Amino acid sequence: MWRRRTGGASGGDGRDLAERSADAGAGMSGAAEPALTIDALGRKCPIPIIMLAERINQVAMRDVIAVLADDPAAFTDIPAWCRLKSHEHVASYELPHGGWSIHVRRNY
Amino acid sequence: MPYLDAASTEPLHPAARDALLAAIDAGWADPARLYGTARRAQMLLEQARTEVAEVLGARPDEVSFTSSGTQAVHLGVLGALRGRQRAGRHLVTGAVEHSSVLHAAEVHERDGGTVETVGVDRTGRVEAAAFAEAVSRPGTALACLQTANHEVGTLQPVAEATEACLAAGVPLLVDAAQSAGRLPIPGGWSVLAASAHKWGGPAGVGVLAIRKGTRWRSPYPQDERERRRVPGFENVPAIVAAAAALRARVVEEAAEGPRLSALVDRIRAEVPRLVPDVEVIGDPVRRLPHVVTFSCLFVEGEALLTELDRAGFAVSSGSSCTASTLRPSHVLEAMGVLTHGNVRVSLPRGVTDDDIDRFLGVLPDVVRRIRSSLGVQ
Repeated sequence: MWRRRTGGASGGDGRDLAERSADAGAGMSGAAEPALTIDALGRKCPIPIIMLAERINQVAMRDVIAVLADDPAAFTDIPAWCRLKSHEHVASYELPHGGWSIHVRRNY
Repeated sequence: MPYLDAASTEPLHPAARDALLAAIDAGWADPARLYGTARRAQMLLEQARTEVAEVLGARPDEVSFTSSGTQAVHLGVLGALRGRQRAGRHLVTGAVEHSSVLHAAEVHERDGGTVETVGVDRTGRVEAAAFAEAVSRPGTALACLQTANHEVGTLQPVAEATEACLAAGVPLLVDAAQSAGRLPIPGGWSVLAASAHKWGGPAGVGVLAIRKGTRWRSPYPQDERERRRVPGFENVPAIVAAAAALRARVVEEAAEGPRLSALVDRIRAEVPRLVPDVEVIGDPVRRLPHVVTFSCLFVEGEALLTELDRAGFAVSSGSSCTASTLRPSHVLEAMGVLTHGNVRVSLPRGVTDDDIDRFLGVLPDVVRRIRSSLGVQ
């Protein structure tokens, strides 16, 4: 079961904790297929973000990268990184065995 | 070694040290007894109570001393909820309150009560309109709001919250732990909590003030001490020292507050100039005079603290790897800002321009070294 947390270019909206368990049932249908998936499961922050920053330029402009991560810090920090770097945090989906698939769109 | 972690604890004020040593000799007896040495201890205790009450904007009989700020919050929250049981069982708090508030709220929830947490904006400021709406819900027994955030320094909209609580007939608990002695206490609270070691008093003294007319019932077994509000024999020498520190601090703050605030402005301006990929967080203007927090991209918080310690600087961090829980700080999470590579610098009384120059001198190289060890250029 995928769980969706709405994101957006502005990153988190300050209600991340409340939303983490909300929006159950909204599937991934309609979401853009990631052009690249980075497996950062088991890696602690800042490693998932370093992996994302290294590889974001490997996808085409406006394509989506998915970062799989289970460090709770990544759930907050990847959207925050998007805001700082003017990329777009599309959404974060809960993974069935823990962690999230965090989708980021390359903006430049 | 420059100590830059005043928000964890302020070094003991010299006035507190003098008062503590004098009161250990003069105020050791049981203030509840009737002989001469006991009356002397009681006099010292009541004198301290009057002084603290005056600074906090309370009446002396509204003020009780606890064994810590945390105990003051626990007693304040749980006692006010018990006192208001007939009005309802709903508790409203801000999302970035101190863990003592959140843990008391968990106890309330386990006991069948309900809790609503009001979110914050990117600076960590509680949304005043949402807070007002939350307290106006029927069945709200208590609302809690800090004067200022302990991790990022942002001031909270206490005046707006007070107004909303007054309109809704709901008592407001104000947690003034970070601002007491540094900024005036906003009026309008029903319950007030503070902690002496944050203003330069000794550890082991908290303040719980309950406004006359506020319904409050102790969650503990009955005890005669502190107007039946706090159990246990008062630590009179420490309380006397706490009052002395508060009095001295308030007098000094007129000069020291703006001086520290200017140093914070300098750190806020210089860090992003000296270190690439840094986010300075918290409100730049509506903030505590002595706290500044920033997060460095691609840096582990623990490595940063360790390296700064080696360079001789004591600072703190809300990053998950520096906490026992392995979760990032709930404050940084609620704000939606970077939680890794986080550093909180909080300036104690007497910190020098030179200390800050040296900190700004070593920081860029420390960050660069940690980044390059992780393969980040």
